[in-house]
Amino acid sequence: MSNISASRSRYNSWGDRIFDTLNVIFMLCLVVVTLYPFLNMAAVSLNDANDAVRGGIHIWPRMFTWENYKFVFNEATIFHSMFVSASRAIVGTIVSVFCTAMLAYTLSRQEFVLRKFITITFILTMYISGGLIPGFLLIRDLNLLNTFAVYIIPGIISVFNMIVIRSFIEGLPEGILESARIDGAGEFATFIRIILPLTVPALATVSLFVAVGQWNSWFDVFLYNSSNINLSTLQYELMKILQTTNTASSSQSAADAFAGAMGGVTAVTPTSIRATMTIVASLPIILVYPFLQKYFVKGMTVGGVKG
Amino acid sequence: MENYTEPVIQTSRGPKAEPAGFKLFLKRLMQQRALVLMSVPFLLWLFIFKYVPLWGWLTAFQNYKPYKKFSEQEWIGFDQFNFLFTDESFYRILRNTFVMSSIKLVLGFVTAIVLALLLNELRNIFFKRVVQTISYLPHFISWVVAASIVTTVLSNEGIINVLLMKIGVLDSPILWLAKGEYFWGILGGTEVWKDVGWNTIIYLAAITTIDPSQYEAAEIDGANRLQRMWSITLPGLKPVIVVLLIMNLGYILEAGFEPQYLLGNGMTSDYSDNLEIFVLKYGIEESNFSLATAAGMFKTVVSCVFLISANSIAKKLGESRLY
Repeated sequence: MSNISASRSRYNSWGDRIFDTLNVIFMLCLVVVTLYPFLNMAAVSLNDANDAVRGGIHIWPRMFTWENYKFVFNEATIFHSMFVSASRAIVGTIVSVFCTAMLAYTLSRQEFVLRKFITITFILTMYISGGLIPGFLLIRDLNLLNTFAVYIIPGIISVFNMIVIRSFIEGLPEGILESARIDGAGEFATFIRIILPLTVPALATVSLFVAVGQWNSWFDVFLYNSSNINLSTLQYELMKILQTTNTASSSQSAADAFAGAMGGVTAVTPTSIRATMTIVASLPIILVYPFLQKYFVKGMTVGGVKG
Repeated sequence: MENYTEPVIQTSRGPKAEPAGFKLFLKRLMQQRALVLMSVPFLLWLFIFKYVPLWGWLTAFQNYKPYKKFSEQEWIGFDQFNFLFTDESFYRILRNTFVMSSIKLVLGFVTAIVLALLLNELRNIFFKRVVQTISYLPHFISWVVAASIVTTVLSNEGIINVLLMKIGVLDSPILWLAKGEYFWGILGGTEVWKDVGWNTIIYLAAITTIDPSQYEAAEIDGANRLQRMWSITLPGLKPVIVVLLIMNLGYILEAGFEPQYLLGNGMTSDYSDNLEIFVLKYGIEESNFSLATAAGMFKTVVSCVFLISANSIAKKLGESRLY
């Protein structure tokens, strides 16, 4: 693309220049609209809670403090929920990506007798699903309610991710597999030693999707584990705070209600806690995704389907 | 397999022709046992977690009571469906589902295409990369975080009310999230904010496949930037747009439920409740499993019809994007 732009820049008319300027201004507006809410949240989270209630904080704290973060990390429930979120993101990603890649490898083998049958059986589930209630009853009957396993097992394979990895494996040069077989390596060894290292770009994409999905999910907590506070996740705790504050007419009255519930005196307010938890919940993602950008952009276009 | 231990049956059937194909299949299955071991466990998993719940659809035809065994449940035929289709609130929920999906579809497409066209026109590649990276960010954050952000932005002290009061449009702050009539707009805006950057990926990839000589020819003919975007880039995107549009029409009932659940509240429920929230309310909160399953089943069957027709139309147009 760059050479096209370069050749175009020789034909600089007035209209072109006005267009370019407006376009850059538009993009700057887009950047501001995208980033402002995060900066605003960060500023509120770093501001004294009772001062923040007065409003007027935009992207810089008025009375700087770490109090909100100290509170969030010292609150046993919230801190534990971060631990659960991180655990499910790590365990869930490793298990899911490994299993999905293994299945994708077997289904990429043209001579595999069950290939068609398994592929169709999996793809059918993209069209048809039992739905919320039958799914819930199944989890209940499998005794998976109030377990950590319910975060991992029902989501081991995602058909979309499987197709991304399979397309990638199918795009590898034929000779690689053949040379592995001449070496006498078994299927599993071929998968571990040859396929996995070669599929890293696709695995990176899928890992990002799975890890983000695990870190962000709250609905399975709400549905299956809401009675066990030890299995609560950060997003679910944030969701609970959000639900108590978003109907309150102003943050002042919400703060009063919160202070009442916490026993009167408090250095934090629901608004400041919510801002702090919002930052904690999005920071890991903000730090990771830019580095995987080239992978997921490729993965999206290889998969060819809109996520 | 048991048949073959009975010699009488074996001889009477003339086993030679039939089992040959089956034997070959078994032989190849044995040869490929490593592949079988690596894939069949997931087939079992799929069966349990995706196909067994389909059996649960039967509860839609029962008056399901959680404490009773399956065999003891009372069968009531189509009563739950009758109740659904005579219930006025169900039609409001269908309307909400369709309206919210349509807003998402139309706004999502138009904004993503426009943004992709404009990003493509940026001359500074570094600036373009930075804008793209930033625009992907909201896609990765959870709906809980997004809802938290929207709640803050729209609060009394939030930036929207502050700005509107500063330029004199409002005298006093509006409680945006407490008024049902604003809900669809807020939802549409939030969805665009969250996914517009992400949705440009596929269009930008398609733009790179457009033949550069077309632009050169247009330049020589004296076409300006807007004319080139309009008559080269946009037509170049047409196949992708058509296929994505058709595929998304297939998902019209799958409006999602997280944003509606997280941003909606008692004051906006006339506008924010959709099919999935209906299922959640009746099923989980009121334990009326049968009615909720009936509603869920209705949704799955209608979407399935939509999806299959969408897919076959896409195939007829010669671009089978979904496998």
